[in-house]
Amino acid sequence: MTTASVSLSHSLAAPGVPKRVCGTTGLGVCFDAQRFIKFNAVTGIVFLLLGGIAALLLALTRWQTVHLLSAEWFYRILTFHGINMLILWILFFEVAILYFACTTPLNARLFSRKVAWASFGMMFVGAVMVDYVILAGQADVMMTSYLPLLAHPLFYLGIILVAVGTLVGVFNFFATLYVAKRDGAYTGSMPLVTYGATAAAIIAVVTLLHGAIVMIPTFTYSMGWTPQPDPAWYRLIWWGLGHQSQQVNVCAMVAVWYLISNVTVGARPINEAVCRTAFVLYVLFINLASAHHLLVDPGVGATWKIWNTSYAMYLAVLASMIHGFTVPAGVEVAMREKGYTAGLFGWVAALPWKNPAFSAATLSVLIFGFIGGITGVTLGTQQINIIAHNTLRIPGHFHATVVGGTTLAFMGLAYYVIPLIFQRDFIGRGWARVQPWLFATGITLLSFGMSFAGSMGVSRRSWDIDAQGIYGPAAHLWLGFVGLGGILAFAGLLIFVLLCVGTLLFGKKIEHRAMADWGTPPALAGTTPGSLAHDHYATKGTIVLTLLFLACFAVYYFANWKALADVWPVR
Amino acid sequence: MNNEPKIHPWQKVLDNPWLLLVLGVLIPFLSYTVWGWIELALTKPALLP
Repeated sequence: MTTASVSLSHSLAAPGVPKRVCGTTGLGVCFDAQRFIKFNAVTGIVFLLLGGIAALLLALTRWQTVHLLSAEWFYRILTFHGINMLILWILFFEVAILYFACTTPLNARLFSRKVAWASFGMMFVGAVMVDYVILAGQADVMMTSYLPLLAHPLFYLGIILVAVGTLVGVFNFFATLYVAKRDGAYTGSMPLVTYGATAAAIIAVVTLLHGAIVMIPTFTYSMGWTPQPDPAWYRLIWWGLGHQSQQVNVCAMVAVWYLISNVTVGARPINEAVCRTAFVLYVLFINLASAHHLLVDPGVGATWKIWNTSYAMYLAVLASMIHGFTVPAGVEVAMREKGYTAGLFGWVAALPWKNPAFSAATLSVLIFGFIGGITGVTLGTQQINIIAHNTLRIPGHFHATVVGGTTLAFMGLAYYVIPLIFQRDFIGRGWARVQPWLFATGITLLSFGMSFAGSMGVSRRSWDIDAQGIYGPAAHLWLGFVGLGGILAFAGLLIFVLLCVGTLLFGKKIEHRAMADWGTPPALAGTTPGSLAHDHYATKGTIVLTLLFLACFAVYYFANWKALADVWPVR
Repeated sequence: MNNEPKIHPWQKVLDNPWLLLVLGVLIPFLSYTVWGWIELALTKPALLP
């Protein structure tokens, strides 16, 4: 029966399926998935470089002493930076992650090569179209493109193409999950990394549907075919695209944390059901965070605002706190099982800090949680938001989540994905070991600079603050930190891109052997894997770190209520 | 003797990606989009002084 043989051929174990066996992991790799992981990952890194160059120009403009760009080019480059970093780099790399997560861990082949080509083609053409229109000066509307600001129709058409292309890639992911299950490529629960990617894909569906709902009528308006959509409606639906696309990042980033902690130290989830429940909380509630952007909009009421940004949203915050505990707890248990049992934090000293994937993932957890998470929950509180809305505190928050969190985690993943998929060992391994630390230092400095300048009232998206004449030397000092942080982060980004591109061109080929090891802690003599699986005291160091995190959160949260009381005293 | 690892019943519920897809689309659309859209639709235009 031809039909049966075709329909059951989606398992990599089936005879005749084009694949190879990875010399490092021993897992089967689908050739089709490998090809499109390469295309999407490399294209994503190119857009990361473009967005990074724009970031440097912006940081050197907000640093008032340098003030590099003219007003016209500042807003043009700000648009370019937002689109390339928050949309293009992230979406291309996430499609690469989805194709990996639905094939290799499930022992399955990609559902359709043609669908993957259609997805990549639409995304690529749309991305080039958007970037060209922006640099041609036809779309100085910033990433949000709030109506009644109007860009060239190709700007909206390009974004629609990117969104639909990504949706087609997400369809390919779900179809692969379906045929993998049907053909018995795997049994039981799917691996946690695939589960996290599934959660990210579901959030992506919601995100991209909002993108289509808002961009299609805006495109037809820009062509003169339909009346202007209501600006308040536009803001509501646009943030269903703009903020939710960053929740796709969060979900994919957490999946990458689990993957890297497993690959580098052998960590396993301490409780599969709890970790999966946390991903489900993301799927159900994290998208409501979009309402943060409308906290000072008059069109929606207080009940809608408070329900979406507080009560329901806190369930997603709970999910982040669960992951923020289970990832380091899994690492601690794995290290203690290897024999690193001294005291509360003896295992921390033995961690592979020179492994760039591990250091990138750990710094990503710390920056995302301690800076991005704490500021995010605080700024999302309706009352506190009134003293922070549209100030530099907001980009101070999301540079810690999206850049210090997601981008850094994706960079860490690349230190394993590139050797495994392109089959070349990394060049410049000494530089690679330094790169995550340099990038993390830069982005932390930038985020602090933005947050403190913003707390002094410096607005976001402003070319010049001196004309207002109301900001003292302290605000200028923090803007200087923004500039210095931007330079360091860009240096880290440039090293990453050069290492990746250099590896693709000059890296030593890996054929029928394992990739060069970045360094993993060895198990000490007399230890047994899995020996502490049911020992609740094996995570005591992580519990202390969690209490430290909660203390930091409490101090920051209540300090902001004090700041609100100072600005808006109740007598 | 069955050597398969025991899977928690709750995890079996969570293992259904299609149920998650339906709930994951429905809840944010109802809570954020539809409710917000209704609020905007019911907002009366401001009167000029």
